[in-house]
Amino acid sequence: MKWAGALAVLGLLALPLTLSSYALTIFIFIFFYAFLGQAWNIVGGYAGQLSAGHAAFVGIGGYTAAMLSIEHGVTPWIGMFAGAVLAGALGALIGYLGFRFGLRGFYFVLLTVAFAEVCRILVSNIDAVGGALGLYITFTGNPRHFQFQDQRAYYYIALALMLLATGIAALIERRRFGIYLRAIREDEMAAEAAGVDAFRYKMFAMIVSSSLTGLGGTFYAFYLFSLQPNTVFGIPLSVEIIIRPIIGGTGTLVGPILGSFILTPLGELSRHYLGQSGLHGAHLVAYGLLLIAVVLFLPNGAYPWLRARFRR
Amino acid sequence: MSHALLDVRGLSRRFGGLQAVRDLSFSVDEREIVALIGPNGAGKTTVFSLLSGFLAPDSGDMRLGGRSIVGRKPHEVCALGVARTFQIVRPFPKLTVLENVLIGALVRHPRRRDAEAHARAVLDEVGLAAKAAQPAGTLTLSERKRLELSRALATEPRLLLLDEVMAGLNTTEVERTLELVRAINARGIAVLLIEHVMRAVMSLASRIVVLNYGERIAEGRPDEIANDRRVIEAYLGEPDVDAAVP
Amino acid sequence: MAVGLTLIFGVMRVVNFAHGDMMVWGMYLAYVLSTRAGLDPYLGFALCAAALFVFGAAVQRGLVDRIVDAPHEMQILLMLGVALVMENVALLVFGPEPIRVRSPLGAATWYLGPLYVDVARLVTFGVAIVLTAALWVFLYRTDLGRQIRAAADNPYGALVIGTDVRRVYAAAFGIGAACVGAAGALVSPILPFQPSTGLSLSVTSFNIVIIGGMGSLPGAFVGGVLVSVAESLGAVFLKPSLKELASFSLLILILIVRPAGLFGRRAS
Repeated sequence: MKWAGALAVLGLLALPLTLSSYALTIFIFIFFYAFLGQAWNIVGGYAGQLSAGHAAFVGIGGYTAAMLSIEHGVTPWIGMFAGAVLAGALGALIGYLGFRFGLRGFYFVLLTVAFAEVCRILVSNIDAVGGALGLYITFTGNPRHFQFQDQRAYYYIALALMLLATGIAALIERRRFGIYLRAIREDEMAAEAAGVDAFRYKMFAMIVSSSLTGLGGTFYAFYLFSLQPNTVFGIPLSVEIIIRPIIGGTGTLVGPILGSFILTPLGELSRHYLGQSGLHGAHLVAYGLLLIAVVLFLPNGAYPWLRARFRR
Repeated sequence: MSHALLDVRGLSRRFGGLQAVRDLSFSVDEREIVALIGPNGAGKTTVFSLLSGFLAPDSGDMRLGGRSIVGRKPHEVCALGVARTFQIVRPFPKLTVLENVLIGALVRHPRRRDAEAHARAVLDEVGLAAKAAQPAGTLTLSERKRLELSRALATEPRLLLLDEVMAGLNTTEVERTLELVRAINARGIAVLLIEHVMRAVMSLASRIVVLNYGERIAEGRPDEIANDRRVIEAYLGEPDVDAAVP
Repeated sequence: MAVGLTLIFGVMRVVNFAHGDMMVWGMYLAYVLSTRAGLDPYLGFALCAAALFVFGAAVQRGLVDRIVDAPHEMQILLMLGVALVMENVALLVFGPEPIRVRSPLGAATWYLGPLYVDVARLVTFGVAIVLTAALWVFLYRTDLGRQIRAAADNPYGALVIGTDVRRVYAAAFGIGAACVGAAGALVSPILPFQPSTGLSLSVTSFNIVIIGGMGSLPGAFVGGVLVSVAESLGAVFLKPSLKELASFSLLILILIVRPAGLFGRRAS
């Protein structure tokens, strides 16, 4: 398993040498969404707390870095950490309210969605941050501004982000923290009886997850050169974030990555070809059908199923 | 009563119109085995939930080794040395047997390696070592009951709260569990147990506390309790008297 | 009008993500009936209700039934999938532009002395009241209704006494969908809608159902009044673009302030 992982990473490092620029873009999105999915996986998969508002953290992170860069000339390389801190703070607030007041299952989902929507509406109405039109970043191509002439730079940054989140998830998985999170997911009351401070560990998971996601916001802003409240805070982005780990397998390291390799090309291609002929939403119909199929037939996701098949 | 490990005074808890526990006082000494018995719905499990921090009492005091545990959260109570099992066993089904016990062991051994060694030792003691790598969801009922006990035991408690660990077991399995509880007790761990299997209660407990409608109606040695008129009346009022009385 | 709608949401006490989208499908169906068959939505709502009954029962039978024993989270994800499909099928078929169904009643106004009454709103309100009353009679006065309530309270108990729980659930889900579909058709001449309207409708329904406490008729009424007052206040005092803020903030507040009400359902 370790060898397969190392080999795959080596392959991905060498890959840009052979790719067309469109294929490169698809890979950048695969890595980026795998990164977001992996960050979500920490709280949504391992800890089993279904957050459906993770887009809010992307938005906060992106807006923070973009505003710092546009208004104060702070380089996004620093701004991205400021964004991560603010996203972590929002995560802590949502987590505190959700976990302190014992919101589980559907009610936690609703709380996270409501917070993301509140953020979206507020940001759309604050003219100082661009209002409903959002923020636009002028292209300078200067690496100091987190901008690159060469697409491959974004490729390697996205790959690094994915590996970072996966590394953190792997670290968590091996430690006490990870096994506590899984216990909380399985049966919170039994975990508490066995001495686990469920509130504290759920908070940790939420903060780690939201800060990482916030980090991704900077990449989003400076790769696409624009931020619109409806896109970065919107429910569709939250769905994009959670659907990959769910399809690939929540609470596993490989799940979010596998999910992203399956769904991102599907989404991008259908957007590219069907969207041009005016068929917007086709990829979301496909996501919905896949989600239904996975829930019905592979409730643990694709990766655990594949693993079981190959062991046999 | 300065040597009591657990000292409960005037404990009360109400759910809406139902007084589940009323002005209950009792104690468990170091190394003692005490049984809590009573008809269904007498408030026994509520007492466990109060002791283990899952419920807060309306009034009364609970002291462990002289320190009040009122208002403590479940994980704090566990760290102070009270571990409980659940009447309806609650293993983590997708975690392996070893991982289940590891969760408990991590309370005293923050390093995973030490905790794992301790967890294995506990599994050896209860006879589940051979199943260590299996997901807990694949165990039989009797094995799950032992797993539940192992997880509590792995937290190295001073006081173990056992909620009907023998219910649903066959005679051989009950014998085995009896031996196990005695062995645990012999290591210096005090036990408070809720049990409907009277043979187990009579042979294990040095004292029995009888609850009915949330109140203590009797307390004494097993032979005293067996002949207590109020106890017999309380049980005769129960429809499932055959199951409850020896 | 809002109160009438909310009564239906409240009595049904089904909270799921597909809720608002079912209503939007009801609206589009009314639109199709009106433009293609010339059927006024105030008559067509019965057909919408029937169609959504079938759809709802099929979703319950074909999808939800298969995972009744799975963790709660799985049902949430399943309904999320259904909602995604519904919203985006609507988007594919009808496009993103807001539309409104035309009805001669929609523009009519009655003058009652100094007061003038919007006929469409009056009819909608009236039909909503009648539907709610019918639902109440059905739930509390008929055998199937009693079975639905029993199965909701305690599925195993209902199973033991010989109820066909699956059939009852399918009926309940279907009736829920039918009510929402009818409501959608009824408001379609008043409320402009688009595929993404589903979400805000779902949020409104969550607000009402959670405030009102699950399944109590007076609770639903109180919840409905509170929510519509809060949302109207929001509309009056805030910019139109901030109007939604009121309902989402309300949702957060409700979730936090009423944890006991929420727990009640989880425990059962």
